[in-house]
Amino acid sequence: MSDLRTELKQSIIEQLNLEELGVNDIANDEPLFGDGLGLDSIDALELIVLLEKEYGIKLDDPQKGKEIFVSIDKMAEYIEAHRSI
Amino acid sequence: MPYKITCFVQIKDQRILLDKREVISLESARDSNDFLKEAYKALNISYPKFHKMDGLSKLGIVATEVLFSNKYISPETALVFSNASSSLETDREHQKAMQGIISPAIFVYTLPNIVMGEISIKHKLQSENVFFISENFNPALIVDYTNVLLDNSGIPAAVCGWIEWKNAEYDVFLCLVSREGDLVFSAEKLDELYHFENERSAN
Amino acid sequence: MKDLYLLDDAIVSPLGFSTEENLELVSKNISGLKLHKNKRLAMGELYAGIIETDLLREAFNKIGAPEKFTKLEQMMLLAVHKVIAANPGINITDTALILSTTKGNIDVLEESSPFPKNRVYLTELAKVIKNFFGFTTEPVVVSNACVSGGLALAIAKRLMNSGRFEQAIVVGGDLVSDFVVSGFNSFLALSGEPCKPFSVDRKGISLGEAAVAILVTNRNPTAIPVVSLIGEASANDANHISGPSRTAEGLVHSIERAIKQAEISAEQIDYISAHGTATLFNDEMEAVAFNRLDLNEVPLNSFKGYYGHTLGASALLESILTKHSLLQNQLFTSLNYGAHGLSKPLHIIKDNRKASLKYALKTASGFGGCNLALIFKKEENAI
Repeated sequence: MSDLRTELKQSIIEQLNLEELGVNDIANDEPLFGDGLGLDSIDALELIVLLEKEYGIKLDDPQKGKEIFVSIDKMAEYIEAHRSI
Repeated sequence: MPYKITCFVQIKDQRILLDKREVISLESARDSNDFLKEAYKALNISYPKFHKMDGLSKLGIVATEVLFSNKYISPETALVFSNASSSLETDREHQKAMQGIISPAIFVYTLPNIVMGEISIKHKLQSENVFFISENFNPALIVDYTNVLLDNSGIPAAVCGWIEWKNAEYDVFLCLVSREGDLVFSAEKLDELYHFENERSAN
Repeated sequence: MKDLYLLDDAIVSPLGFSTEENLELVSKNISGLKLHKNKRLAMGELYAGIIETDLLREAFNKIGAPEKFTKLEQMMLLAVHKVIAANPGINITDTALILSTTKGNIDVLEESSPFPKNRVYLTELAKVIKNFFGFTTEPVVVSNACVSGGLALAIAKRLMNSGRFEQAIVVGGDLVSDFVVSGFNSFLALSGEPCKPFSVDRKGISLGEAAVAILVTNRNPTAIPVVSLIGEASANDANHISGPSRTAEGLVHSIERAIKQAEISAEQIDYISAHGTATLFNDEMEAVAFNRLDLNEVPLNSFKGYYGHTLGASALLESILTKHSLLQNQLFTSLNYGAHGLSKPLHIIKDNRKASLKYALKTASGFGGCNLALIFKKEENAI
């Protein structure tokens, strides 16, 4: 379980070019958008790309993204339930 | 024309110069991307969004960081930029990505004017922007256009010049133009300043 | 500053290869958006305004060898040719060339392209146009996202004011390339149906391609009536590189400054040709801007339901349509507008109608936070 969360954080740091952050800087339940990590609309689109690239999950509805990308925990839960790779 | 070059920045061959004086030299940088990263650190820029940008935008952020240091910059400061290759380096990246999964973060940078957007966001400039494409730096075009803006649109200052990121080689020459400064803002002066450093680099 | 007079123009688009053909179809509310196959997209197809290559080759064959020129070059050369043909006495060596495009010959980057890779340089594209007609000065090329076409008119006016030249042909063009289709698709910005500017059920943009050219001058024109550019301004939002400012800072700023330069008041504006791309954010941003400036009751349309978003051509194409709207005292329907889908009111043109028009505002916005406002005036008295 915790391996997925760590792996996810590493992927996010890499995919979103969050170079000044380390895995330990992102809390599992911290909001990713808004004040949390300060991610923006392009980051949200990149997370959709990440889901497909790393976990084989295709997300066509960006509205769904809003529910999933709330935190690392929420993302990990969704990935565990829907991943194909 | 009563306009002056208040100051100017040049970036080439791992060196950053302000008013011809070396501000940073990063001989140890392994390549252009590394140079930008090192310059970011050496200048204490502290702007995490930097790492999401493409080479051209990073170059613009580094250049204006030096050009604007210790100065008040009016939000009306116009940006009059130019280069030869538009956003070609990033275009090639997107073209490559088209064979697999496309990155919106790469696509958004496939326009040369994005660098002006990034500079505007960081320095809160809500000003006139234009990006010209020319084979070589064309001082006469830049000076004529900038002068018209300064004369007619109530604009107090402008940043103008050349910002090229091609085959991972960079060449930046940007001037801050206003009514203050010792150097006259003219095509001849721009030509002289630009070529002086570029010839030096060739030796 | 001396005004810029808009003289002969030509539109090369899916709605025809002349301004006359285009105006005829637009006045019949016919759209150039059709369903096209595209392997790159999950749904395999998209609505777009694409020029049929065979028709283009056939038309271009009359002035040059199609195999020597890229699709975009054929489009642009045809448009410029038409403008020059309408002015048989024109002195090309006395005429500047100003070119607007966002991606130029970007399709040349594809492996299958028969053209040399260096054709992708915008200066090479400009050189092709320059050499074909014998222009003698270095073309002025502008690439500034989706405001480029309108900015090119502002550039013409400004450079004429500096004394560089007194007459120019401004040409703008862009393709519906796989490059931009794939990019906008990654932004989830493409609508699955023909775009619906300002509508509550709008789902994004439809892409389009076009090439447009226009002869412009700051010399007093001989023919009346004539439309002139009397005020222009651009301003960055300083907010985000792909999303417009929610409070429309840059657009409001541009419109205010353009109105000031035009020496008119906002109340005098008779018609607005908006950017209206049909994304959720752009249309909402424009509604906010027009309401902030008390322009919400001015008849307004978007031409993107007819052409799609033609990128580097759009602001120039739509400025030309604005010019003809003024000359004909004609307001054209804002196509595909259903129920109002904005938080603020706007006076959207729902049916073609005649109106007494003298001043028009053209707006455009683009990636990188850029915004542009142009004020056009119809001169009916001798100058």
